Amino acid sequence: MKFRTALAFGLGVVAAASASALDLVIATVNNGHMIEMQKLGKHFEAANPDIKLKWVTLEEGVLRQRVTTDIATKGGQFDVMTIGMYETPIWGKKGWLNEIKPDATYDVDDLLPAMRNGLSVDGKLYAAPFYGESSMLMYRKDLTDKAGVKFEERPTWEQVRDAAAKIHDPKAGVYGICLRGKPGWGDNMAFLTTMVNSFGGQWFDMAWKPQLESKPWKDAVTFYVDLLKKYGPPGSSANSFNEILALYNEGKCGMWIDATIAASFITDPKQSKVADKVAFAQGPYSATQKGANWLWAWALAIPAGSKNTDAAQKFINWSTSKAYIQLVAKEKGWAAVPTGTRKSTYATPEFLKAARFAEAEKKAIDSANPNDSTLPKSPYVGVQFAAIPEFQAIGVAVGQQMSSALSGKATVDAALKASQLAADREMRKGGYYK
Amino acid sequence: MKHLPLVIRSVAAWAITLLIFFPLFWLFLTSFKTELQAISVPPLLTFTPTLENFVEVQVRSDYMLYAKNSLVTSVLSTVLGLLIAAPAAYSMAFFRTRKTRDLLLWMLSTKMMPAVGALVPVYVMAQSSGLLDTLTGLTIVFTMSNLPIMVWMLYSYFKDIPPDILEAARMDGAGIWNEFRYVILPLGMGGLASTGLLCLVLSWNEAFWSLNLSAAKAGTLAALIASYSSPEGLFWAKLSAASLLAIAPIIVFGWFSQKQLVQGLTFGAVK
Amino acid sequence: MKRFLPRALFAPAVISLFLWMIVPLVMTIYFSFVRYNLMQPGDKEWLGLANYHFFVTDPDFGPAISNTLLLLGAVIIITVVFGVLLALLVNDPFPGRGIVRVLLISPFFVMPTVNALLWKHMMMNPIYGVLAQVWIFFGLQPVDWLTDFPLASVITMVAWQWLPFACLIFITSLQSMDRDQLEAAGMDGANALQKFWYLYLPHLARPMAVVIMIEMIFLMSVFAEIFTTTGGGPGNESTNIAFLIFKQALMNFDVGVASAGALFAVLLANVAAVFLIRMIGKNLD
Repeated sequence: MKFRTALAFGLGVVAAASASALDLVIATVNNGHMIEMQKLGKHFEAANPDIKLKWVTLEEGVLRQRVTTDIATKGGQFDVMTIGMYETPIWGKKGWLNEIKPDATYDVDDLLPAMRNGLSVDGKLYAAPFYGESSMLMYRKDLTDKAGVKFEERPTWEQVRDAAAKIHDPKAGVYGICLRGKPGWGDNMAFLTTMVNSFGGQWFDMAWKPQLESKPWKDAVTFYVDLLKKYGPPGSSANSFNEILALYNEGKCGMWIDATIAASFITDPKQSKVADKVAFAQGPYSATQKGANWLWAWALAIPAGSKNTDAAQKFINWSTSKAYIQLVAKEKGWAAVPTGTRKSTYATPEFLKAARFAEAEKKAIDSANPNDSTLPKSPYVGVQFAAIPEFQAIGVAVGQQMSSALSGKATVDAALKASQLAADREMRKGGYYK
Repeated sequence: MKHLPLVIRSVAAWAITLLIFFPLFWLFLTSFKTELQAISVPPLLTFTPTLENFVEVQVRSDYMLYAKNSLVTSVLSTVLGLLIAAPAAYSMAFFRTRKTRDLLLWMLSTKMMPAVGALVPVYVMAQSSGLLDTLTGLTIVFTMSNLPIMVWMLYSYFKDIPPDILEAARMDGAGIWNEFRYVILPLGMGGLASTGLLCLVLSWNEAFWSLNLSAAKAGTLAALIASYSSPEGLFWAKLSAASLLAIAPIIVFGWFSQKQLVQGLTFGAVK
Repeated sequence: MKRFLPRALFAPAVISLFLWMIVPLVMTIYFSFVRYNLMQPGDKEWLGLANYHFFVTDPDFGPAISNTLLLLGAVIIITVVFGVLLALLVNDPFPGRGIVRVLLISPFFVMPTVNALLWKHMMMNPIYGVLAQVWIFFGLQPVDWLTDFPLASVITMVAWQWLPFACLIFITSLQSMDRDQLEAAGMDGANALQKFWYLYLPHLARPMAVVIMIEMIFLMSVFAEIFTTTGGGPGNESTNIAFLIFKQALMNFDVGVASAGALFAVLLANVAAVFLIRMIGKNLD
């Protein structure tokens, strides 16, 4: 009798323990680092047997739509959401996110200042950065050496154009420069915005009026279209990160300005035919160095409607901690750790040795400031976007026009005029001015 | 068509078919390549195949869960749909009134609202009835979405059945149930099978509602595919492998049920 | 009893569809008249026709309508014409007919998103796509399909996916053709063309009408292919009404404008339906 009671009791305890395991639903984007986090999740579950991780992995645009619909209708489907620097300021201000509570070992001061600022509102951190990036120039040193071109740390746009002209050799299958052209506020417009910034332009003036027909915009876009037409690959107006990555790895691009994470792919001999021939420089500029390279982070946040906030905080603390980065280094090597978040990563010698691009990347991130990225003063936060809800629609519309100009179907002036009109409509509808 | 020499017909049929099937063949090939091979110029026809993409899909996502969800929602919605649509189509085909055509058109009109426009109302509906992220919710959405199509198709197939056969059966004293079971069902089997297959495919491939109304528990294979088109990083070979795994069940099923459809009854046999 | 039975048979279908339709419809109509942005929840201010006005005054509105209709018309014509021809081609036995039929219907099983990515990367990319290689083989300059012919490219992708559907319907319909009639006509000396015109075509009239109506419904709201490949561009060359709603409304979560756009799409679909009914309506009976 005693044995049976003990057994029943024991089973009851086990049942109770496993019954009390809660499901933590995490929505995330399908970048390489996030996929890695998914795989390493079992370490977290082992340390926290009462929490089971459930993943929802989606492509960026779909993810954004999904989580926004959920958080705005208080659907409560997710406990942890992966959001970017675009949503965090907007949602943080609205009170839709829980403040991140770092635990004792987190060392929140170790976060790169640019990252921390970009994800905080009024000094409160609303999303913990999991992975961060800026943009930089990645060029083929073998080709530039042969053409006698040398880049300083941050070249000017004219220097970039001259270099592209010298190394452009379509017969040998090499195009001078590859740049994004696919329409999208996170695709071609992310790049174009930094270009416009560096020409001294801005999206909106202090009265929130769109500035798309201003001189910096005209100069930047004309330069861009001209540059790609002369020295870019065919099909540029449909190319975004992945398409150009494919070209670069095959050795077809002489230069590329894009996200710093690209560097980790193009220097990986398993993927790239030109792995040992790549060198780095900072994003080019013309009138100002402000906003010449962008700033983006994928961060983990807790929606206000979640019922499992304690578990969520635990998970976020774990996955954005120094220990996590060490874990990835142990499992996959230092070249595969999520970068762009902590100072300590860049102070680790093994990392610097494994990632040749680390120094250039850190410089790029440190130089980006979402609160001050334009020559004239701007009312918005963000380097390659404006953190207002209307921006997505505006960015998409303008992106389409820019793509049209690039493909030669519209003149630059006509494209900018249509862009200005579209932006104006949206801002008026949003009530920014009458 | 019999007049055309057999050789010409065969060659034409095979040539066109291979041309149409080629993209799928390419998808199949790519799933066995490495990422680098997948985007090589010129495209590779011969290469050493690898299974690494399939392994990655298995390791990375819970394929079985997604497959099970797809299977359950597709099959249930098809069966439910047939149960509701077949009697409706039967009644409209054999008991025609002046209103029948209007009714058919109205049913089709329930599909005219683009899903993108109805996202928020449906999401709120699902949320307030507690059906978000449930297989029940998805099954209902699929059934209702496909119902008009099923009614239309079954109506068309039932109309192909000559009324004299039914008259003959009725004069022999067959009741409604027997009429349905021994006359309509055998004759309409090809139509029922086609309609069922179509509905199965439509539900299987449905991506918009599958993604938006599910989270961690009710995701279907559409969600699996959605998790592979990465914005930063090569994914093409992996996506091909994932797509192959996603469409393989339905293609295999479609191929087998095609035999049934193809061997449909002819009137010679009935007479 | 005679009147009751038919009604009882279609009652479940009618009632369930009615409920399914009416609730979202009423909500959509309501939202279309108020200011409702997901990012700014709060009181929903009555706006009258402002949302509609905003949607209609978009410079892309006109092109979106014409692109929608172009896409619709082109795909319907391609799939019906080639569907009928292919179905007839594989109707009579020849070696490997079973396999051919099976291969022919396969593209329909592919998810629209995968379909789009397949064409975009594998076939149409001007550098590493298969079509580019074929062009180079013949000594021609590869065409940048998605940039230079965006709408035609989208039409190709969508038609490729729907051709098997039309084929399937026609193949199964041909199975129920009266063999005796065909034999008799043959013995009377009718040639292939006459058989086609007087026997095959009338029999296929109703399936064709059904295919056209069903395709119309689906093709009106083609979205995944455009979203994944051209993003509606360049400019607005491949933007259709569904994509316009997405761009205008879902992108900045403006449910009010999205609802107004959705109702416009319904209006457009009704107009197209009325037009098509006039042309092929008698074949539905």
